Amino acid sequence: MSSRSATALKRRIVAGVLVLLSIVLITVYFREPVGGGLHSVQSGGATVLRPFEVGAERVARPFRDAYGWFAGLVHAKSQNSALRAQVDELRQQVIQNANAVDENGDLKRQLRYVGLPSFPTGYDYVATSVVSRPPSEFEQQIGIAAGSSKGIRKNDPVVTADGLVGLVTTVAHDTSQVTLLTDPNLQVAAADLSTKAAGIVGHGQGRGTLTLDRVDKSQVLKENDAIVTQGFKSGPLTSLYPAGIPIGYVSGASQSEVDLYWQAQVSPWVHFDSLRSVLVLIKKGRAR
Amino acid sequence: MTNLLEPAKAGLLIFAAAILQVTIFSDIDILGGYPDVVLLTLVAIALLRGSIYGACCGFAAGLLVDTANLGTLGVTSLLLTIAGYWIGRYGETTGRDRAHAPFVSVAVATVLVQFGALILHYMLGDPVSARVVLLDTLPAKVGLNLLLTLPVYALVRRLFAFAAQPEGLTEVRLLG
Repeated sequence: MSSRSATALKRRIVAGVLVLLSIVLITVYFREPVGGGLHSVQSGGATVLRPFEVGAERVARPFRDAYGWFAGLVHAKSQNSALRAQVDELRQQVIQNANAVDENGDLKRQLRYVGLPSFPTGYDYVATSVVSRPPSEFEQQIGIAAGSSKGIRKNDPVVTADGLVGLVTTVAHDTSQVTLLTDPNLQVAAADLSTKAAGIVGHGQGRGTLTLDRVDKSQVLKENDAIVTQGFKSGPLTSLYPAGIPIGYVSGASQSEVDLYWQAQVSPWVHFDSLRSVLVLIKKGRAR
Repeated sequence: MTNLLEPAKAGLLIFAAAILQVTIFSDIDILGGYPDVVLLTLVAIALLRGSIYGACCGFAAGLLVDTANLGTLGVTSLLLTIAGYWIGRYGETTGRDRAHAPFVSVAVATVLVQFGALILHYMLGDPVSARVVLLDTLPAKVGLNLLLTLPVYALVRRLFAFAAQPEGLTEVRLLG
């Protein structure tokens, strides 16, 4: 066999073996349980890669912040007057809310009211940074720099100051994967804060958009209404999300003769594209 | 020494590209797309060093990306292995010395990898939107990748500048 033929054979064998290995990896990973061998190896690998990710993130942060600062300047002037008006309105609302919270607390004490763990009082949190972003438009997951060593478990809700981010779906020792609310597999029982119309929030048609589905047409849904997590308990089932976590606001709602439910779009308050850090909620009293 | 230096360089490049991709470049959103520096680095290495390097680097890059993101192991490896091999063959046969080769390779590889990923995720039962992948993201992604092709290719070529002849050119066959 000539050297040329040998080289051709060699490269075909290498490529074939690697393709075969990839298919085997997909098959095994897909079929094995979450705690399986490949998952454990991957978890170990992710732990090894984490310092590099954190390092890269730290190096990039000043540049990203600088870009954000300049980009923010462009919009700052136009937003200024609108935000001032909003602050005045919110200041009034804060006073009313504070009074309502006091009154609510008093009434609950008098009634000895027993409810589900609520947000944020019924939960501790692990504050952690985001170390990896969705790698492609096929995935809606981010990586965070905390895992089971910090007490995080699968299905723990994840939030920011703006609202609900998603759910922990994979946990390694020092890192976890969070599936964002924009993932088609994630749905959240939610309610309109002012009208109490209940439905299910899921991913929308566009990137970073959400829809509110299963809201009966007999219920009232208005644009700009705040949408929050509903938090329910039905028999042995309890919602993974505590009640009252902000999700977004109704940006459009319509109904037709043939539809059973409202068709509502929800604009999330969380900016899923620019997450830097998140809080993982851990129910108080849970063993770590 | 060169024999060990070359794979080490390729490995380091791929490692750096994968880390930068998952931490920084995936976060850049311009007109709905983001640059894929892993693919750009892979294209450059495969064009310069040939199909075996392309396939091996593609496999390693895919493993790194899937591990860092806790994604399904093997998916990105499969796509990048095929992409690396194909680009390497193009480089070995007709493409290497042509100025347009990196741009053609990047454009075609971006589109094919995107199509391949769409099909693969669909087969695995992941919910995917062809509209988002092919209409909202792909044009911007191709554009951004083409913009970054020249600097990434130049950097990789510089790193491999004093290396030995690539695998496809180790022998000259005299005809006639």
